[in-house]
Amino acid sequence: MSERILSVLVEDKPGVLARVALTISRRGFNINSLSVGPTNIEGRSKMTIVTELESVEQVKKQLNKLVNVIKIVELDPDNTIESEVLLMKVSINKETQTSVIEKANLSGAKSVDVGQDYAVFELTGTSKELIKFEKLLKPYGIIEMIRGGRIAIQTKL
Amino acid sequence: MTKEKLSGAELIVRTLEHLNVSTVFGVPGGAILPAYDPLYDSPIRHILARHEQGAGHMAEGYAQATGDVGVVIATSGPGATNLITSLNNALMDSTPLLAITGQVASDFIGNDAFQEAYTVGLTISATKHNYLITNAEEIPQVLLEAKHIATTGRPGPVLVDIPKDILNEKADWAEPKLEDLPGYKPTLEANPKMIQQAVDLIKNAKKPILYVGGGIIHSKANKELFELSTKYNIPVVTTLMGRGAFPDGNELCIGMPGMHGNYTATTSIQKSDLLIALGVRFDDRVTANPKFFAQKAKVIHADIDPAEIGKVREPEVPIVGDAKSVINGLIEKLGEAKIDTNDWLSEIKDMKESYPLNYNQEEKGPLKVPYVLEELQKMSEEDSVVVSGVGQHQMWISLHWKFTSPNTWLNSGGLGTMGYALPAAIGAKAAFPDKQILALDGDGCFQMTCQELITASTENIPLKIVVFNNGNHGMVRQWQKIFYNHRFSASELTHHTPDYVALAEAMGAVGLRMVEKSDVKRVFEEMFKTNDRPVLVDCVVDPDDMVFPMVKAGGSNDEVILNEDDLKNI
Repeated sequence: MSERILSVLVEDKPGVLARVALTISRRGFNINSLSVGPTNIEGRSKMTIVTELESVEQVKKQLNKLVNVIKIVELDPDNTIESEVLLMKVSINKETQTSVIEKANLSGAKSVDVGQDYAVFELTGTSKELIKFEKLLKPYGIIEMIRGGRIAIQTKL
Repeated sequence: MTKEKLSGAELIVRTLEHLNVSTVFGVPGGAILPAYDPLYDSPIRHILARHEQGAGHMAEGYAQATGDVGVVIATSGPGATNLITSLNNALMDSTPLLAITGQVASDFIGNDAFQEAYTVGLTISATKHNYLITNAEEIPQVLLEAKHIATTGRPGPVLVDIPKDILNEKADWAEPKLEDLPGYKPTLEANPKMIQQAVDLIKNAKKPILYVGGGIIHSKANKELFELSTKYNIPVVTTLMGRGAFPDGNELCIGMPGMHGNYTATTSIQKSDLLIALGVRFDDRVTANPKFFAQKAKVIHADIDPAEIGKVREPEVPIVGDAKSVINGLIEKLGEAKIDTNDWLSEIKDMKESYPLNYNQEEKGPLKVPYVLEELQKMSEEDSVVVSGVGQHQMWISLHWKFTSPNTWLNSGGLGTMGYALPAAIGAKAAFPDKQILALDGDGCFQMTCQELITASTENIPLKIVVFNNGNHGMVRQWQKIFYNHRFSASELTHHTPDYVALAEAMGAVGLRMVEKSDVKRVFEEMFKTNDRPVLVDCVVDPDDMVFPMVKAGGSNDEVILNEDDLKNI
């Protein structure tokens, strides 16, 4: 895998996401995933950016130039816990209902809503697990699917 | 101490005074109007430009000439959008700029109000940083921070956008103090380990070259550079932005390399075994195709901006730091070391002798820009400031003018903004009323911002302006000649319209004209005699003259085209 995960600590100020996104698109960097959310520190947000090996140094340097970007850490893939959430609406009918729900549950997904002709599942896992889950249920007809973006944390202090 | 209540507008003016700003450039308008009222009573000189792009370039010229921040004020919407070219220009050339723009009132933001533009959004990628003010109280603090960011680290433009209601809101004046900026801590001091590694390479180099640029000028490190070069006999190439960082008369100076660099500068980099790159960014106009650039050389790359290091060329020794600190570190560690560059210097000397710059000014033929420049330099003061536009004339000046000190060469390098010369020269003259400021422009460039001639006349800024009038977009014509089979699509302007002499007179300046060799001295004498008004010289020159040497865009610096005859081989 030539992927690299950057954990970017930023000031929680208006427009920071726009600055980061503009820097990335302006320089033509390849970004596989970007997520943003609050941290335990007041006034600080964290972005998790998954990029390719060849762009990682320039991504780091260009983002570091932004005044609102405080710190960028490249996570060591061997000591990183990664997670992503997925919501999926699958079409079901009387015949498929049982097997769809069973397969989903066996994959660790939670059924959050089941209607007459659809079921909504929620799954949290690594991106690999999410892709596997998508493949598993694809034959039944995925009506809608959303992934929340990858987040990651280093396991060592 | 009781605190004083001031309006947001008054806070701006008070803070600018507190920051020792003496001159601002701008154009008023609806949203920024409140700020212009207290400015009326302030000792700060406001220079009224005729277009916000001009105002921005004036502030840039002021900043490039002084090394201090240039301040520009504009209104919302079109005022701000007109400013963007100058902001981006300042970003590319690392010029410290503080832009203050009015914005529609807070309640109207996002409603497509009259003269509303999303200034902060539009300028994120044209500035080093920008701000939208949300209450009057923060104005002094933000302006101080903005100036700090604009002038430190790698300098650049910072914009502060202020809604009209905030300009009218009252708040306490408190002297701003610089607070910690957790995400902004430029590295100034070079890492001693890296300096040591650099020194080891320098000591073993046979063909070292100092490849220096604008960073030397921003860092005010020209004296240190001079010591490094002359003490250890290392020759120097100066990029377009670095002209003046090292004196042209010195035998160690090779001048400008690159697309229109002189043969020796371009070629000695190709032959070098060690590039000591200081405050440069391996721009494509220097490197041509980077794959073929200085293939034999190891590279020491020092820059204050870590993002420049490894962006184009991976160096053997990366050094993050201010040029002055880097050079001082190198000199200290090199100590009394002797670097034997005699063979290398004589090789360079031979190249200089074999491939001199040349031009052919015929007695009765049309004027050639290099000839006019050489005559002009003979008659001008030694520390005169030369300001240029973009294109053929810019390259000719950089090649033929002898620069001896920093901040005497102002031009638009990175963005290549035509129209830069006249307003930037106004800014420089506003900063240094007693200095000779020469705006040397092309006719295509001049027409882009020529309304600022009125600013110069009415603000009593007696510039000298030379318009090299070849009746064409000269560099475009040159490329069309070489690469587009002489098909001069949309590059022709005409020598006659406008009548530059009449235009100058109409705008309150003195207009003069030179067309042949015998005019040159007389007209320049007259130009230098007139010091109560701006003087414009319409210098009619040969439209078919081309700038050489030349390296094709994306080509190899090993293939320098020296003259028109060489073109047959490409």
